[in-house]
Amino acid sequence: MTFDGQTNMQPKEKFMKMKLICLPALALALSLAATGCKHKPVGVTPLPGEGQVGEQNPNTLGGGNQLPPTTPPVATPMTQTGIPESATWNLADMTQDRQALAAYTIHFAFDSAAIRSSEQANLQSVASALSSDASAKLLIEGNCDERGTEEYNRALGERRALAAREALAQMGVDPNRIRTISYGKDKPADPGHDESAWAKNRRDDFVLLHPKTGA
Amino acid sequence: MKTHCLNLLKLTAAGLLAVLAPEFSRAQNEIQIQSTINVPGLTRPIPVSLQGFSGEVAEALKFDLYVQGFAFVAPGAAQYQISGSDAGSVQGSVVDVVAHKTILSRRYTGADLRRQAHAFSDDIVFAITGKKGIAQTKIAFKVEHGGGGGEIYVADYDGYNAEAVTHDGAIVAAPAWVPGRLAVYYTSYKLGNPDIFFQDLSTGQRRVFAAFAGLNTSAAVSPDGSRVAMILSKSGSPDVWECSAGGSDWMDLTKTREDESSPCWSPDGRWICYATKIRERRLLAKVPAGGGPRQVIRTIGAANPSEPDWSPDGKWIAFTSQMGEFDICVVPASGGNATILVRGQDPSWSPNSRTLVFTRRTGSYRYVVSVLDVFTKQVKDIRQIPGNDSEPDWAK
Repeated sequence: MTFDGQTNMQPKEKFMKMKLICLPALALALSLAATGCKHKPVGVTPLPGEGQVGEQNPNTLGGGNQLPPTTPPVATPMTQTGIPESATWNLADMTQDRQALAAYTIHFAFDSAAIRSSEQANLQSVASALSSDASAKLLIEGNCDERGTEEYNRALGERRALAAREALAQMGVDPNRIRTISYGKDKPADPGHDESAWAKNRRDDFVLLHPKTGA
Repeated sequence: MKTHCLNLLKLTAAGLLAVLAPEFSRAQNEIQIQSTINVPGLTRPIPVSLQGFSGEVAEALKFDLYVQGFAFVAPGAAQYQISGSDAGSVQGSVVDVVAHKTILSRRYTGADLRRQAHAFSDDIVFAITGKKGIAQTKIAFKVEHGGGGGEIYVADYDGYNAEAVTHDGAIVAAPAWVPGRLAVYYTSYKLGNPDIFFQDLSTGQRRVFAAFAGLNTSAAVSPDGSRVAMILSKSGSPDVWECSAGGSDWMDLTKTREDESSPCWSPDGRWICYATKIRERRLLAKVPAGGGPRQVIRTIGAANPSEPDWSPDGKWIAFTSQMGEFDICVVPASGGNATILVRGQDPSWSPNSRTLVFTRRTGSYRYVVSVLDVFTKQVKDIRQIPGNDSEPDWAK
């Protein structure tokens, strides 16, 4: 059975091939982000560039079964136009060292993205590691406990990662060296369902990034 | 509809009592009268009998009718007697017991028996309630296979005929149909970051729709298909953004420091509703599409709301409330008193604005997709894909 016989949809509707207007859109978005900063609330630093778009590899995407085969996304070339002085970089061009900063994981109160004063020492250690190696960059992974809905937690995890980025920026780290990723509740450190597990899961993990040799 | 008449009679009787005994009611507590006709959570199911069907046809008919507010009783107690056969093909009729009248009699050929049963149940629902049934609709949802990775699936609304849309083994989230089209948006970590993908299911083509630094998730397409709302953190905080379906004209609609999540559209396309936090309180709010001042949508009686979904008829917003556990709730779209329906999260409305598909957590912390009749609170799990099934979105 195919999906073409559904009564509640319009099958075989002409697929309006959406034009990839991403380049001008990107330039516009970036210029908006650049000029929009002064309207942002205190303690919010825009993220640099749109590096992820350049990372897609059409050859690694694929699949297919009874649905028509999944075809790879159209590759959208990166453009540097409009990107402020901060250089963009791709996570794919970096190796990830998960051990170097593993001791400095910071934890959060329930439903909060506020950095507790007890976590300042860990953040200082992360800042020191970055200041001692100018080529190193940082990935902050924000995580939540399971007591929140999925997409709420994905946003909360991002806020936790961004809060640490903001704190590091205040310690003098260039925020353009930092990338954030939220896993919401998808990657618990402890799979348990009690407060002891939840406390461990409300966290930011710090991953030290080094340029790939030759990159 | 006979149930409705009976309820109306009871209601009238109660009303008379209140009028006839004002002194009495003043002496006691004031009598409270509330209509229970088509009220979320309070409506009585319509009693029907079902005879002559077997196997898959009987199972499909029972599922379809139960989650649309019908209860199964003996023929003598039924308001409507449904009977027929499924030998070779489905044929059936519906007798209105009170009116002594056959209100439906049809034979179904083509497709398979299951589809025929669904077509019959849609006709039953329409003959009895005057509303379009949901038995031939589609949903999309995510399946997590352990360790976070999983795939996006699409299936019949009851979980049958499920097919994987992705084959990446990556963390996926928040599938969202394009209204009226065989196309979905979803979030995937496939490229190392939570990015929004667009995929045309009739051609299999997909492309990256939003892959800014930081969080890209929760795409929601406007009812006319021309605009997409989503959550991006590129500004330094998770905000509701809006752009054209072609990927131009990007607008940050909520320039707050707090985290916004789960945008949805009003059916007239004028508003985008979402979850946010204001002065440390989690609330639902809406902004005009295209930008403008934020308005809070009050959910009295249901704290910590998130995951709003606006009903296609414009009357309700369904959402998840978190008060210790997760509860599925509805509130009038303008805000007000919320009705708590059942345990669960992430509701999505059926095209006819009566049923919700949502995520239910089992006792063993597994997540399954269920459907809920909002008026009667009748719930059934759909057919599951092994793993954790969640974040369903009903095609409209």
